Formats: sequence, structure tokens, C-alpha cells
Amino acid sequence: MDASGWQLFLDSFWPIVWGGVSGTIPLALSSFALGLVIALGVALARLSKNRVLSGAARFYISVIRGTPLLVQLFVIFYGMPAIGIVLDPWPSAIIAFSLNVGGYAAEIIRAAILSVPKGQWEAGYTIGMGQATTLRRIILPQAARVSVPPLSNTFISLVKDTSLASLILVTELFRVSQQIAAFSQEFMLVYLEAALIYWLFCLVLSSGQGMLERRLDRYVAV
Amino acid sequence: MSPSDRDQGRADAAGRASDPLAPATTPDDAVLLTARGIRKSFGDNEVLRSIDLEVRRGEVVVLIGPSGSGKTTVLRSLNGLETPDRGTLSFAGGPDLDFSTRVSKQGRVAMRDRSAMVFQQHNLFPHMTVLENVIEGPVRVQRVPRARAVAEAEALLERVGLAEKRDEYPFSLSGGQQQRVGIVRALALKPDLLLFDEPTSALDPELVGEVLKVIKELADEGWTMVVVTHELGFARQVADEVLFMDGGVVVERGAPKDIFTKPAEERTRRFLDRILRPFD
Repeated sequence: MDASGWQLFLDSFWPIVWGGVSGTIPLALSSFALGLVIALGVALARLSKNRVLSGAARFYISVIRGTPLLVQLFVIFYGMPAIGIVLDPWPSAIIAFSLNVGGYAAEIIRAAILSVPKGQWEAGYTIGMGQATTLRRIILPQAARVSVPPLSNTFISLVKDTSLASLILVTELFRVSQQIAAFSQEFMLVYLEAALIYWLFCLVLSSGQGMLERRLDRYVAV
Repeated sequence: MSPSDRDQGRADAAGRASDPLAPATTPDDAVLLTARGIRKSFGDNEVLRSIDLEVRRGEVVVLIGPSGSGKTTVLRSLNGLETPDRGTLSFAGGPDLDFSTRVSKQGRVAMRDRSAMVFQQHNLFPHMTVLENVIEGPVRVQRVPRARAVAEAEALLERVGLAEKRDEYPFSLSGGQQQRVGIVRALALKPDLLLFDEPTSALDPELVGEVLKVIKELADEGWTMVVVTHELGFARQVADEVLFMDGGVVVERGAPKDIFTKPAEERTRRFLDRILRPFD
């Protein structure tokens, strides 16, 4: 890399990081939080004995997993105005990403709930708890431990997928990079730099996953 | 309860052998639980074919029988973990639950609250410490103030020799210790009736004794209990009444000394022979 290239790298580093900190991270965090709430609801619906509920949950999961995220994003941002719903880029992105996380994480949460032995439900019932309390106090804490690795995967994918939001004009890490690249015409350098910064973000997230796993593993023999 | 009272109870039970559901002979032997005509099928498999059971306060009823005989299903029905298809269940002072009609949720909850269960696989909550396991029911369900629940839990743990384990997680305990915590968790609910579902079957042989000792002490203190077990020596020591079940019916019931030494039914005799003299 020559001196001007190095200079461009340094000059664009913090703007791109800032795009991540002010765009990518809040977008990913809020979508993930909302997505988990949706996922828990969908997982419980899917596990319900009520056929309408579980059928609806199955349909939702099928649609989300069977269509591209980019198409989902475009339907919400560019398509919805046709039926009179006009949303700004940020809300559109958050809705699309959280619905998407909701579909994928629902299956993870469902499997995690099923992985808790039936005896744990029964023990909850015999100490007088109802179904909801047993779920909240006994089952979900144990399911959480099992679901941390796959949910971390989902989250890390989401962080990278938020780059798609640049296509509906959300200012985040990749859109900042595109602007710098277009202005400087140094596509290789700037996009590699963007890739590097995504990677750094994900390294931090992976170590966070490790810490969370160790914390949740404190009650199992390892 | 003094030993002589207990012998008296056995004599009564012996007298009931021919008429198993004869009413209580003494007024202070108040009936705590009555179950009549309990039936249960899983699909085409009829697991219980009309079970009658009566448990008096302070009495220890032991269910024995081959696997698949329905013992555990009886026990689970008493705690509402299974819903019988037919029959009635009632606890003293509580409503009669008639399972041939739809039983309300409140009815089932009211019944479940009268008893507490000790499982074969202890089913302790792995994400909670020993103390948290014990106080979960009192604090979360019975709304006992936390400080009081903790004090009571500590006293109970002390009794079974596990006071110093209060802040450990279940995985770090031995099987026998885990099962003793399971018993304490049940006791902490202050139930009228303790249910034991093969409490020692999942334990290594050398750990069985410490658990049976605790159960025996509770029986001696006058706790009312229904115990499903394969430990016949223990059953003989602790039971006021023994029920031998096979194929979903109670084949024979009576005082332990009668059942174990001179069983009236051929099926009972064969079962006891298989267990007590497996190599003859």
C-alpha cells in the first residue's frame, strides 16, 4: 500500500467504525431484541396444542425462511407504500430484520424448550406452579443455556445482514463505506477495510458469546 | 406416633385384608385421602382398571408390584400429574373430584396442593442452588416471606445432614444427596401427603440406605405417605399397609407381615419369590 492509500485507510477508518457504532450496532441490537420476543411467541405458538396457533406459527416460519431477506426488506420499504403504509428507512429495516430473526430464532427456542427434560415441568407443577410460571422460572432459564450458541450465530449473521439496509438508504457501516469508495474510487481498499471492521465487530461479539456461555454453564458439570 | 400405635395400625390393616375399604376403625385415624374406581388408559393400553385407595392421617401406604403394573400411575394421579379417565378422588376437607366429568382446573390445583412428590430422578432444578430449589415453591407459589422460607429450608437441610450444601448446585452432589434435597423440597411445601415414586431406584446401591433412612424417619414422625418402591425390606419396615399391584389392579392388600410372609394370592407369591429368591 502506498502512502496515499495508507492515508485513505486511516482517514476512512473512524468514519466507517462510526457508521457501525451509530448504524449497524443499534440496528442489529434492536432488531435482535424485538426478534427474540417474536421468536419466543412463535416458538410457544408452534408448541401449542391449538392447531390454528401452531399452524400459523409453522406458516410464518416457512415464509420467513423460504424468502430472501433482501426481498422481505424491499417488500416492507418499497412495497408497503402501495397499500398506503409509508415507513422511513430505519423503521422498515428494524421491522424486516426483527421479523426475520423471529422466524429463525423461533426454531432455536422451540428446540431448546424441548431439550429440557419433561421431569422439570412436572417438578414445577408438583411444587404448585402453573404452566406459565414453570415456563418462566424453570424451563426458560435452562433453555437459555442450550440456545446461546445457536442464537449467537443468528446474531452474528444479523450484524452482517444489516449491510442490506444500505439498499434502503439506512446510514450504517456499509453505506458509509460505499460513499467513501465512490468518492475516492479506491474500491478494493475501502471495501476490504469495511470487511475488516465487520470482522472486528464479530470478534468482539464472539468473545461476548464465550463469556455468556461460561456464565450459564456454572450449574452444569463440565 | 409411638410404636404400639403403629402396631395397632398394622393389626387394623390386617383386619381389612378381606374387606380392603372397611371404614376407619378408630376416630383419630381420620381418612386423609379417598380414591375410588380410578381408571386410566394410554391409548389402547389400560393402565389402571378401577383402583380403590384410602389413606389415613399418619399412615404409610406402600405400593409394590412388577414394572408396568400401574403403581407409578396411581401415584401420579394423586398429584394431578396424570388425569384419570374415571373415578373419584378426594382429600379430607377438599372437594370430591369426579373424573368421569370434566374436572375444573381449580379442582386439580386444590388437589395438587395437598401433596408433594419425590421423583425417581429427583428432578431438582439444575439452574438453582440447593437452597433455591427448596424455597422456590414456598416463596413463589405459597408466598411465604423469603426470610422465613430460608430459615425453614435451612432447618430441613440440617435435618437431612445437608446444611453445608445450601449454596451448591445439584450437579455437585451425590445421587443420595440429590434425592435428600428432593425430599426436603417436598417437605418445605408442608403437604398433607408425601408421595415417593421409586425414590431409590436410580441410585447406586451404596447410596440407597441414606435415602431410605430419611424416609423411615419421616414415617416415624407421623408423616402420611404413599410410597412406590422395589425395596421390599424397607416396605416391610415402614409400611402400615402394603398394596400389591399387577396388570392395573390391586391384587392384594394388607399388613406387611401378612403380605410378605403369607400372601393370599398366587400372583403375589410369584412376584415376591422372583424378587426375594431370584436364583432358586
